[in-house]
Amino acid sequence: MNRFALPLALFVLLVVVLAISIRHSPDKGTIVSPLVGRAAPGFALPSLTDAQHVVSSKDLKGRWYLFNVWGTWCVECRAEHAMLVEVGHSGAVPIIGLDWKDEDDHALEWLAQLGNPYQAIAVDHDGRTAIDWGVYGAPETFLVNPQGIVVYKLVGPLTHESWTQEFLPRLAQRASAGL
Amino acid sequence: MLPELGQFALILALLLAALQAFFGIAGAHLRRDRWLAAVAPAVAGQFVMVATAIACLVTAFVSHDFSVRYVAENSNSALPLFYRVTALWGAHEGSLLLWIFLLASWTLAVAVGAARLPPRFGARVLGVLGVVSFGFLLFTLATSNPFLRLIPAAPDGRDLNPILQDPALAIHPPILYTGYVGFAVAFAFACAAMLEGRLDQAWARWTRPWTTSAWAFLTVGIALGSWWAYYELGWGGFWFWDPVENASFMPWLVGTALVHSLAVTDKRGLFKSWTLLLAILAFSLSLLGTFLVRSGVLVSVHSFAADPTRGIFILMFLIIMIGGSLTLYAWRAPLLRSSAGFELTARESFLLFNNILLVIAAAIVFGGTMAPLIADALGLPTLSVGLPYFNPTFLLPILPLLALLPVGLHAKWKKGRLEQEQRGILVTLAVALVLALAVAFGVFARAAILTLVGLTLGPWIILSSLLDPIDRWRRKLSVSRAVLGMTIAHIGIGLFVIGITVVQSFTQEHDVALGRGDTANVGGYEFRFEGVNGMEGPNYDGVRGSVVVTRHAAPVATLQPEKRRYWVQGTVTTEAAIKMNRGTNVLIALGDDLGAGRWSVRIQVRPLISLVWLAALIMAIGGAVAVSDRRYQPATRSATDAAPAGAAAKEGAG
Repeated sequence: MNRFALPLALFVLLVVVLAISIRHSPDKGTIVSPLVGRAAPGFALPSLTDAQHVVSSKDLKGRWYLFNVWGTWCVECRAEHAMLVEVGHSGAVPIIGLDWKDEDDHALEWLAQLGNPYQAIAVDHDGRTAIDWGVYGAPETFLVNPQGIVVYKLVGPLTHESWTQEFLPRLAQRASAGL
Repeated sequence: MLPELGQFALILALLLAALQAFFGIAGAHLRRDRWLAAVAPAVAGQFVMVATAIACLVTAFVSHDFSVRYVAENSNSALPLFYRVTALWGAHEGSLLLWIFLLASWTLAVAVGAARLPPRFGARVLGVLGVVSFGFLLFTLATSNPFLRLIPAAPDGRDLNPILQDPALAIHPPILYTGYVGFAVAFAFACAAMLEGRLDQAWARWTRPWTTSAWAFLTVGIALGSWWAYYELGWGGFWFWDPVENASFMPWLVGTALVHSLAVTDKRGLFKSWTLLLAILAFSLSLLGTFLVRSGVLVSVHSFAADPTRGIFILMFLIIMIGGSLTLYAWRAPLLRSSAGFELTARESFLLFNNILLVIAAAIVFGGTMAPLIADALGLPTLSVGLPYFNPTFLLPILPLLALLPVGLHAKWKKGRLEQEQRGILVTLAVALVLALAVAFGVFARAAILTLVGLTLGPWIILSSLLDPIDRWRRKLSVSRAVLGMTIAHIGIGLFVIGITVVQSFTQEHDVALGRGDTANVGGYEFRFEGVNGMEGPNYDGVRGSVVVTRHAAPVATLQPEKRRYWVQGTVTTEAAIKMNRGTNVLIALGDDLGAGRWSVRIQVRPLISLVWLAALIMAIGGAVAVSDRRYQPATRSATDAAPAGAAAKEGAG
């Protein structure tokens, strides 16, 4: 084989890698987050639905919760909303929303139209809390345990598959651990 | 109606691209000269059609046509006009359209310049560009059509992603894409040469200005992105080695190698097959960058899975373009052996080292970026590679590269006699070393080994780059634009090295306890604490500190960091205050109340950080100056060709 064919051979290898990546990836939504296994960043933000109220991480200590980052400007958030509503109604775990860089009236209208799966929604106008959480782009969903440790992070819309394959098994451990 | 017109224009552009590709490549191959005549009109027609499509989409954005899905998803009736226009490339579909438009513009420019190329060769170049354009248009129409209607129309749009509502980020994609797409021209020249089976020095001279222009745009594009990340995110980093950044950096590294390798092919007729390979690689990496990042494969691998048709289409396109050109390379490159030799210390050797080191650097970035995908393909646990990998490994090829630059600059073509230049090289090295020691111990009073290395390399590169132009100026010889541009770009490199070394070595961070009227000195700045005042926000109260910043008794700014306490929970947050001053970034944050009016205050000073971006801009300016050299202009080409051989031999690689 001549040396001029070497680049082609390397490229074929690359194609194989890429092809495999496409093939086995129904669950490619995970970026390994440095937060997984570490304490969830604290926050205390105004509530979207109740101007007198503050949504704070301290209130959430001792409970499992989903932390869902969304915004009305985000297309994929609309795609996942039905699934969130389903999860919210199932009562499996409370969902805390982070309304990221959004307009309050847009967000309220959105909830009125599509339903509100959230137990509480924190408003992050300037995006600082999202930065603390290392948010890449909306939507992202974190699973936080009663010790305040991030157990799992999903990038992209919550789907039926990711819910049953990633979230439910982790929540099931809660039952076996007696929490 | 307009969106349908836009889509129709895109379909016509697709057909014209097919004609351009067919007549260009087949016409040249079958020697049908009448077919060749159809190529330029196809290019012009395609440009008009793509411009029409862009205009239709911009009109839809400007006039709030929320019946167009793409507009509804990326605009809003409250969005200012400027961002309504830039929202065009706010998401995947529009970015592709922008890509296609820029490609059509480059192609048009090439078609205008192709008048002076041999007709068959010019047709082949345009034909290859037609293939690229065809692929992108087909991809857009088949999987990412921006003109799809939304029925019923949305009452209002979902607004542009707030992150993109920033001037620097609004102009960053077009500039970056202009760079990416520009490498398509070098790629087309390479493919045309391989199809023709002939590559001479004239080929390199035609290719050089296109490549250097693309490289300059890419440089500015990357710098803008980095500046935005620093400014907007405000946590002190300007480069995070994330996949998006790497995707633009890899073509830049290979493109830099290509710029230098083309110089050798141009001046000496050497490195032919290597230059071809670099031209293919630079564009292939641009394609990987645009496609994989845009569709999110590398970032989250998510979009790939979300839309398998899109992923598979991308992969097919990569196989055809990259696989096709590399097959052509494996077949044709052996025909293009270079015969001339050169000595070990000749300029050719130095440029060869330059190329090898730059390609190694690109390979390191590539490896780190692709590692998660490769691990996944091998079934290994998910892997993420970050700063601890990139920072040290990247230095391995880059330090020798920088050290060879001030020496290699003075090497002559073919014959390796550095005796004459030895004195200049050593003197500039000595001066640079003294400067480094003076700065490290005089200004900052401390230094690590790497700090000294960086602070020596930077000034050495600058001084050494200036030796030759100053010498020519003193002997009243003219300095050509090519040499001037090269010198400017190399000075940019030197400044960049200085900037990055100083930022990395001398960023200072101190936590100090200050009472009212107390002062602290950090990084040459004096901070006088004026105490805190109470304040009240909508749902919090808190304190706002006031810190007067002075440098050598001259006032710089009064910064007001805040500490907020939210009423209901009593949670405390800190809001840092940031100020840029002559390239230095000063950050102040309030810590805890220590009682008796004393507070702990965090002060960060990052010196010379602006130099990093300024240096990148200078590099790009150097590229622009080099491109404007007369030897690339058709009218005066014969005049410079006739220049004395001695003068030509001294000309640079820029």
